[in-house]
Amino acid sequence: MSKLVRLEIDGKPVEVPAGTLVINAAKTVGIEIPAFCYYDGLTLQGACRMCLVEVEKSPKLVTACTLAAAEGMVVRTQTPQVVQARKAMLEFLLTNHPLDCPVCDKGGECELQDLTFRYGLGESRFLETKVHVPEKQWSAVVYYDAPRCILCYRCVRICKEGMGVSALAVVSRAVDSEIAPNMGDHLYCDECGMCIDICPVGALTSQDYRYQTRPWEMKHVGTICTHCADGCTTTLGVYNNRVIRGNNHDRTGLNGEFLCVKGRYAHDFIAHSERLKCPLMRVDGKLVEVSWSQALAEVAARFGGIRSRGGKFGVIGSTRTTNEENWYLQKFAREGLGTGNIDHHRSGDVISLLSALKGRADALAATSDLYERKAALVIGSDLAQQHPLVAFQLRANWRHHESHIYTVTRGPVREDAYSRLRVRAEAGRELAAAKSLRQALQAEPELLILFGDCVRGAAVHELVEFGDSLGIPVRYICLVDYVNSRGAMDMGLTPGLLPGYQPAAAPGLDLAGMLAAADLDALWVVGANPLKNAALAAERAFVVVQDLFLTETAARADIVLPAACAYEKTGTVTNVCGEVQRLSRAVTTMGAKPDLEIFRSLAARMGLDLGEPETDRVYAEMRRQLPVPAAGEAARGVVASAGDTLFTSGTLGRYCGVLRNVREAPGGLYQ
Amino acid sequence: MTFSPELEARFEKLLKSYPEGRESSALVPMLLYAQDEIGAVTPELVEEVARRLRLTPAAVESVVSYYSMLRKHPVGKYHIQICTNISCQLTGGEELFEHACRKLGIGNREVTPDGLFSIEEVECLGACSWAPAIEVNYDYHHKVTPEALDRLIDSLRKLH
Amino acid sequence: MPYNEPSPLEVKVLTRRFGLADSASLDTYLATGGYEALKKALGMTPGEIIEEVKLSNLRGRGGAGFPAGTKWGFVPRDSARPKYVVANGDEGEPGTCKDRLLMEYDPHQLIEGMAIAGLAVGAHAGYIYVRGEFRYIIRILERAVEEARGRGYLGGNILGSGFGFEVYVQSGAGSYECGEESALLESLEGRRGVPRIRPPFPAVSGAFQSPTVLNNIETYSAVPAIIREGGAAFAALGTPRNGGTRLFCLSGHLNKPGVYELPMGFNLLRMIHEVGGGIPGGKRLKAVIPGGSSCPVLKAEECDIAMDFDSLAKAKSMLGSGGVVVMDEDTCMVQAARRIMEFYAHESCGWCVPCREGTNWLRRLLRRFHAGEGSRSDIDLIGDVARNILGRTFCPLGDAAAMPTIAFVEKFRDEFEAHLEGRPCPFEGRRREVPAP
Ligand SMILES: Cc1cc2nc3c(=O)[nH]c(=O)nc-3n(C[C@H](O)[C@H](O)[C@H](O)COP(=O)(O)O)c2cc1C
Ligand code: SF4
Ligand code: SF4
Ligand code: SF4
Ligand code: FES
Ligand code: FES
Repeated sequence: MSKLVRLEIDGKPVEVPAGTLVINAAKTVGIEIPAFCYYDGLTLQGACRMCLVEVEKSPKLVTACTLAAAEGMVVRTQTPQVVQARKAMLEFLLTNHPLDCPVCDKGGECELQDLTFRYGLGESRFLETKVHVPEKQWSAVVYYDAPRCILCYRCVRICKEGMGVSALAVVSRAVDSEIAPNMGDHLYCDECGMCIDICPVGALTSQDYRYQTRPWEMKHVGTICTHCADGCTTTLGVYNNRVIRGNNHDRTGLNGEFLCVKGRYAHDFIAHSERLKCPLMRVDGKLVEVSWSQALAEVAARFGGIRSRGGKFGVIGSTRTTNEENWYLQKFAREGLGTGNIDHHRSGDVISLLSALKGRADALAATSDLYERKAALVIGSDLAQQHPLVAFQLRANWRHHESHIYTVTRGPVREDAYSRLRVRAEAGRELAAAKSLRQALQAEPELLILFGDCVRGAAVHELVEFGDSLGIPVRYICLVDYVNSRGAMDMGLTPGLLPGYQPAAAPGLDLAGMLAAADLDALWVVGANPLKNAALAAERAFVVVQDLFLTETAARADIVLPAACAYEKTGTVTNVCGEVQRLSRAVTTMGAKPDLEIFRSLAARMGLDLGEPETDRVYAEMRRQLPVPAAGEAARGVVASAGDTLFTSGTLGRYCGVLRNVREAPGGLYQ
Repeated sequence: MTFSPELEARFEKLLKSYPEGRESSALVPMLLYAQDEIGAVTPELVEEVARRLRLTPAAVESVVSYYSMLRKHPVGKYHIQICTNISCQLTGGEELFEHACRKLGIGNREVTPDGLFSIEEVECLGACSWAPAIEVNYDYHHKVTPEALDRLIDSLRKLH
Repeated sequence: MPYNEPSPLEVKVLTRRFGLADSASLDTYLATGGYEALKKALGMTPGEIIEEVKLSNLRGRGGAGFPAGTKWGFVPRDSARPKYVVANGDEGEPGTCKDRLLMEYDPHQLIEGMAIAGLAVGAHAGYIYVRGEFRYIIRILERAVEEARGRGYLGGNILGSGFGFEVYVQSGAGSYECGEESALLESLEGRRGVPRIRPPFPAVSGAFQSPTVLNNIETYSAVPAIIREGGAAFAALGTPRNGGTRLFCLSGHLNKPGVYELPMGFNLLRMIHEVGGGIPGGKRLKAVIPGGSSCPVLKAEECDIAMDFDSLAKAKSMLGSGGVVVMDEDTCMVQAARRIMEFYAHESCGWCVPCREGTNWLRRLLRRFHAGEGSRSDIDLIGDVARNILGRTFCPLGDAAAMPTIAFVEKFRDEFEAHLEGRPCPFEGRRREVPAP
């Protein structure tokens, strides 16, 4: 904790740590100092001059965004001189501003509008003709309107500093200055839209949202992004039961202002024309539309029949469904169908990690550690591609706290640019390569270890032993990939472990085992696509699939039940660091039902009493005492990363127009 | 992209004039000297300089567009830069500029069809006490009258 | 003197070698007391050197007039980082053309001054940043550096003293703003000429994030004389707190415009009439910009003034960079204001709002106004817009644009009024006669 200094702002005493900027010190006592170019966490610019204040003993007005609070300082933010200066800056900004607010996407949530309303002059004295420059499209996502740009350089900084991409720069000079994309006339970047979101005015707009609606006409629903395990909050703008945009402008959630291209734009799959809206049943070898009651009755009857003759079930759960759904599904399988054959696509070996840690809860990292810990070792992951938020937080930590980053990867990754040491390791050699960093790591005061799917089974135990041997506090993150990968394991969607990693009395078949079992009578697949690259051995098995789209697996089904997506339901999901977050329903798709509702209807029709999901209790227990999973469980399951990049999202990515339209940004960009 | 040995030697000397790891400091002079040889800051030149200094082409572009002497299109063999700033204005700089345009039949930042001459109205050249001043390529001419300019243009034209 | 004849009223300290045969060569330099000061300085402590410079009352010749010795004293002695000496040869202020001569005719004097500065602050490398248009000057400087290094006046072990100092020459590429110290450093490091947030000041973190002394060419060029003859002797040439001589660049409506080295505090009217030969055609004096285009204009009746920093500050103008622009009775002040604003609007780096937008606004307003399309309220608006820039910009360029504009409107309001109601410029037709070469 740095030492405190006392100063006075508008007569109010203020006490803040030395080094605090006056603009932030003022906030602590409820005084707003208007600003455009200042943005928390980005480098200082002093460019817009909106934050000029009077400081005793200083002959000129001073920018509060660059001035560090000092002992005894006397600041005034409301004097006639300050008020007049703000008016002047706004008048300057509006000289060539088109003032096309009525048709500007930003209208209603524009910082220039807001500050002009609060601090501006009533009228403009600028009589010269305004210079018009046509708008430019820079990519499938980004548009730039130069006359609207107030040159606050937020976009340039968020792209360079926040994203590590540096795709935007200022070109020309004087009044001709403008922002330009890295490829001259187009952008080659992550397409994250951070620049658009951070733009205080409507100079940067997105293909997605342009001219769609007015911000005040939308309902804003904060929920959790469904595309990866990092757990970003995305605020969906909904108009007429349609998601118009995603952003996180209010900086809530674990991600602050961050969202990657997926969290921000990949919501168009919801309203995709191929979305399933009616149950399908195989009749004469073809899938035909049937009513919900017909489909459910058929499933209940067939499941009931197979159960009563002691047939063999296989249940494959989802990494995208909620904890409540996962809990209910495993209970359905184990108690309702009487089978232990339950699994899901595992993308990281959390189970071995928990087992190796033997209940040391404090050795599991939280998302906040990414920004706070003094050193981090990344093993076998292209973070910027696979875990955009994790990468963003590590980068912010390096920028703000000069944390030390170490990378062990197969090829070049964006983290190379700021890692202290980097080691290239072929597949399978990652752990050994990580160990070669021992000396440097030992000298760190603390360490965070992030590892991908290449470290699994015994290697995880070996990694934890290595971590323990460093003699410093070490925390771990097992990089699982899907939005609720972690929750699927926590809730017992594994053959050997019950919810909370309690050992199952009689472990069943794992995913590969089910697909290979020629005598399987029924396969129930919920929100997964196991038949994408694999075959089902039991040719005559009765297959039920719950999904959004007619995937390869659904195409093989006997009954297909249209499911609601994460943006259409409530419940909780658990992110890569084990943080449980709540989903909110933004829209509904007529005809599709949340998986939990499907489970319940089926249970009712089968006469099963499975009660309410008890996820809260499971969490409470897990939190009280970190479970130690039965050894050997992990070795039996297949662990493989989703292999997603910034522009893919498992099967879902195929139905996201934006992801398909952006140019692929190959790794070469990040060298 | 290849440069003359003299230019390569200059680059080498430049790169040695900064502390280690600060080689990108050479950017501005490198671009100017290379432009002198090539005629303009072409996209290939931007690529090449970016590669040598380990910058992105976009970063180089951002710098190029800032400096008024760096230009993306070639000028005439004799680039006539006429100062019309205050001291020169007081002594006939603007008239001199207009005269040059009339004489060569081109406007500001234009090139004669034969590629020999181009004209640019420039800011103070640092020759105010001997105004009006012009610079032809890198050669200064002081107290330039319209007649003197005519003579200069004619003599340059005779060289071709 | 190749560009103009010297004046008998000059006191030649920095320019004493001008006009000598081969004045830029090391031989000429050595034959006329060159590098004596460096030898002397090698026997002094850094503190003694700085004291001597303080004693000389040498104030920065780049524009702001900050005491050079004090600036050198700000460089932290105990910093572990390397330190640098940077010479500002951007010479961009309209009306100013003196650094060019100092570099052209006496490059060794500059190099010697920089080496002494290096000795004083513990720097071992110096950069001379020269505007891109001065290509021939760069060649002269490079030759001088080679020569000096060849004979041990520069290099790893100067004159066997153990002290090492290297000088490098860097070219700009067309930007007035790169004369502003922090923008210069940005340019030196290969970036756009956008100034830096201060603090930290260059003395603490300048070139390559290291402590740096940055001075004007003329400032360094005065140092050898100060060390050689003593600070007190230099100070005595000028007025109190304004030591020595300085190079005044007389331009505009004069019979003998030129660069002249005169003592600080020299009377402006005498400068115009006795040094500059008076106004051609017997015309009357209307106004003088006393220190380069960013300095508020003086009306004829304000010109009986001592040309030093303090006297001009008292008259609400500035001594600036020594560019004395003389305007006769036929000069249109609206036109002058417009021309000056064209310059600042073109040279604004564009970083901050008031300067970028304000200078452009004023440029367009003044163009329209001078074309006879102005209204009475525009006159106040011009002043208002300029005042809205003043004191609020990121770097002093905004002030440099605003101050002269405010002065033109305040002092020559009648001329602005004479342009109203579609009237053609009253001075149109009184075109300039170009002086014979
Ligand atoms: C817009 C602007 C342009 C400047 N141009 C120059 C210049 O061309 N040459 C110069 O020596 N100083 C120039 N200066 C002043 C420098 O910032 C700096 O104060 C000076 O070089 C310091 O040297 P001195 O103390 O010896 O004067 C300029 C300042 C500003 C604000
Ligand atoms: S585009 Fe927007 S964020 Fe970028 S500089 Fe312009 S106003 Fe600022
Ligand atoms: S990082 Fe992951 S959770 Fe965050 S927006 Fe991107 S895909 Fe969604
Ligand atoms: S005042 Fe602002 S825009 Fe003008 S030159 Fe300085 S920083 Fe650039
Ligand atoms: S917020 Fe302080 S200058 Fe822009
Ligand atoms: S004003 Fe023309 S050279 Fe200075």
